[in-house]
Amino acid sequence: MNIVVAIKHIPSIADDLPVKGNNIDFDSVDFVLNEFDEQSIEQAVLVKEAVGGTVTVVGVDLIGELDGVLHLALAKGADKAIKVTADEPGADSHMQAKWLAEAIKAMTPDLIFTGVQASNDLDGQIGPMIAAYLDMPYIGGVSSVEAADGTAIVTKEFAGGMAGKYSVRLPMVVGVQAASKPPRYAPISKVRQVAQTATIEKVDPVGEASAGLAMKKMAPPVMSGHAEMIEGSAKEVAAKIVELLKNRGLV
Amino acid sequence: MAAKYQKAVAVEKEHAVVDGVDISGHWNRMFEQRTIFEYTPDLIEKIADIPNAESFANCYQCAKCVPVCPVDVVGNYGPRKLYRYAQTGTDLTEAPELWLCTTCANCLRVCPKEVNMVKIMPAAREQAILDGKFVPPELQQAFENTAKSGNPLGQPQRKRDAWIQNAGVSIPIIKDLGRPVDVLWYVGSYPSYHPRGIDAASAAARIFTALEIDFAILGKEEKDDADSQRLAGEKGLFEMMAEYNIETFNKYEWKELVVTGPHELNAFKNVYPRYGFEHPVLHYTTFLARYLDQLKPLLRHEVNVKVTYHDPCYLGRHNGEYEAPRKLLEAIPGVELVEMARNRENGYCCGGGGGGMWMDSFTAKHTKMRLSEKRAMEAASTGANVLAVACPFEVSRFEDAVKSTGNEHMTVNDILELLDRSMRGV
Repeated sequence: MNIVVAIKHIPSIADDLPVKGNNIDFDSVDFVLNEFDEQSIEQAVLVKEAVGGTVTVVGVDLIGELDGVLHLALAKGADKAIKVTADEPGADSHMQAKWLAEAIKAMTPDLIFTGVQASNDLDGQIGPMIAAYLDMPYIGGVSSVEAADGTAIVTKEFAGGMAGKYSVRLPMVVGVQAASKPPRYAPISKVRQVAQTATIEKVDPVGEASAGLAMKKMAPPVMSGHAEMIEGSAKEVAAKIVELLKNRGLV
Repeated sequence: MAAKYQKAVAVEKEHAVVDGVDISGHWNRMFEQRTIFEYTPDLIEKIADIPNAESFANCYQCAKCVPVCPVDVVGNYGPRKLYRYAQTGTDLTEAPELWLCTTCANCLRVCPKEVNMVKIMPAAREQAILDGKFVPPELQQAFENTAKSGNPLGQPQRKRDAWIQNAGVSIPIIKDLGRPVDVLWYVGSYPSYHPRGIDAASAAARIFTALEIDFAILGKEEKDDADSQRLAGEKGLFEMMAEYNIETFNKYEWKELVVTGPHELNAFKNVYPRYGFEHPVLHYTTFLARYLDQLKPLLRHEVNVKVTYHDPCYLGRHNGEYEAPRKLLEAIPGVELVEMARNRENGYCCGGGGGGMWMDSFTAKHTKMRLSEKRAMEAASTGANVLAVACPFEVSRFEDAVKSTGNEHMTVNDILELLDRSMRGV
C-alpha cells in the first residue's frame, strides 16, 4: 500500500506568541510539528505494519527547519521524506494544501493522511483541499483506520462520544483526530542515526492558492474577566464559598 | 503475576535410610531429591546479556536488598524480587517493574554480590526503548520535551533565564560578561522554570552576591544535563545533551562549576568525564560550606524552626556528601536540626530519581503510596515543622506529599531558602 502523510510545521504555543506587523513574528518563535500530524504519522505506520507498503512523509518547509521533524518521522517508521522548500512562514492552509497536492500528485497514493486540523489556522482545510485537488474523497475526525486491498474500515468520531464505522474505497484522504494507538516513542539514538544517513528529497512549491483572507491586525486577546481568588483561612474561605453558592441560588 | 513454570512439590519420606542407618522420624524427615523444574535461567540471562546489566546474574537471593529498597517499603519490589520474578517467567523488559526503580543505590550499599541496579536498570530500560516496548507516556513526554525544548518541563529555551529579572540582584550571563569567572553556576531546569525552583535559585543568587563570589550563569545557553533521562533509559538523548553542554561549558573560562542539583552534580562529575569533560564540579552545599566563616556573620536573623533534613540520594549515597548540608543548617541561628530514623547512608528516596520524577502517576499505580508521601510522614514524625531539602526535584514532590498526607503544618524549603531567610530576615 502506497501511503502518504502530509504534515504541517506550525509556531509553538508553548511560548507567548510575539506579534510583528499584522502576523506572528516568525523569527522569534519555535516551530513544532502539528500535534494531530503526530497522530496521523502513527496511524500511517500502523497501517503499513498491518498490511505492508511504504509511508512517505511530505511537508512544506516554511522556515528551513523541517528536517528535524522529517527525521523523527523516519525514525518512527516512515520510509521516505520530502520537503517542499517554500521559505514562506506565513503560508496559509490553502496555499500549503496546493503545494502539498502538487508534490503528492505523481505518487499515486492509495491513502493520504493529514492531521484533522492544526492549532494555528484551526480551519481543518489541508485534508479536504488536498482531496479536492487530487479528486479523491475525504473523511475527517478519524480515530482508527484498518486498510485491506483497495478498501478500508475507518472509524470517525462525532460529538457526544458517538463514533461511526465506514467502509471506504481507496484512494482517499483521511483527516486523523487520533491514531488507534498512542504515538510511539522514537529513541534519540535512532533519530540521530537517521539524521546522519537519510536523504530528504526537495521539491519546489508549485501553484498559487489563498484562503482569500487578508490579515489586518494581530494582537493577543483582551482579557475580559478573571477568576476571583478567595483569601483567608480554610474556614473563612469555606464560609465565603457557601455564601456565594447561596447567593446564586445553587444550594 | 502468574508464574510461567510449575512450582516444585517437596515430598517428605516417612522412612529414610542413609548409608545403612535408619534415620526415620518426623524431626528429621528427608526430602526426595528435588528436580528443579520450576524455572529456567532464560529470562535472567536475557537481562544479564545486556551490556552493563551483567551483574543481574550475580544475585544469590540473600535478600539484604529488600528491606532497604524504598519501593519495597511502599510496594513489592527490590533486586532480589526482580531476580525471582525473572526466574519464574517475568520478562523484565516488558513488565511494569522495569520502571519502578529510582536508582537510589541503597541496595548496592548492602549487596554482598555487587548486583548494581544503577547500571542494570538504565541498560534494561534502554533495551526496552530500542525494542519499541512499553514506555510510560509521562516519561515519553519528558524525553520528547528534553529533545525539543532542552528541558523536561517543555518550557521555551529563550525563557530559561527569565527568572533572573525578579531575583533582586543582578545575575551576570557569562556570554555578556566577556571575561573569565571563578564560578560558573549551572542553575538547572527546575530552578530555572518551576516557581518553587525559582525561589531557590533566586535565594542562591542573593547568597552568592552577598558572599561577593565572582560567578556567572549560562543563561539561554544552558540546557538540561539529562542524567535522569539516561537513568530512565534514554542514553541517546543523554549523549546528545552531553555533547551540547560540554561544548557550551568549554566556550568559556571558569575555575569551578557549581550546580544547584545533585543530579547535575552526578552528571557533570561522574558521567561527563566519559565524554571528555573533566573539571571541578561542586554541589552548592559543598561550595557554601567552604564559605561558612564568611557566611555566618551574614546570617543575622533568627529562623526559629525545627528542621529535619532529607538526604538526596544523588548527593548522599551517590556522591558522599552528608555533612555540608547539615553544617549549613546548623549555622542558621534559631534552627534546631533533628534527624529522621532513615538518614545519611540509609536515607529514604523521595521517588524522583532515575526518571521517577516523570513517572509519578505510573509509579503511584504500582505502589501503595508515593515514596515522597512515605518520606513526608517520616519527616512529620520527628516533630519538625520544616522539611529541608537540597535537590530541586524535591520541593514540589514533598509539598504535594505533605498536603496529601495531612501534614500541611510542615513547610518544605530548600536549604538555600532558609539561608536567604536568615540573611534577609523575611
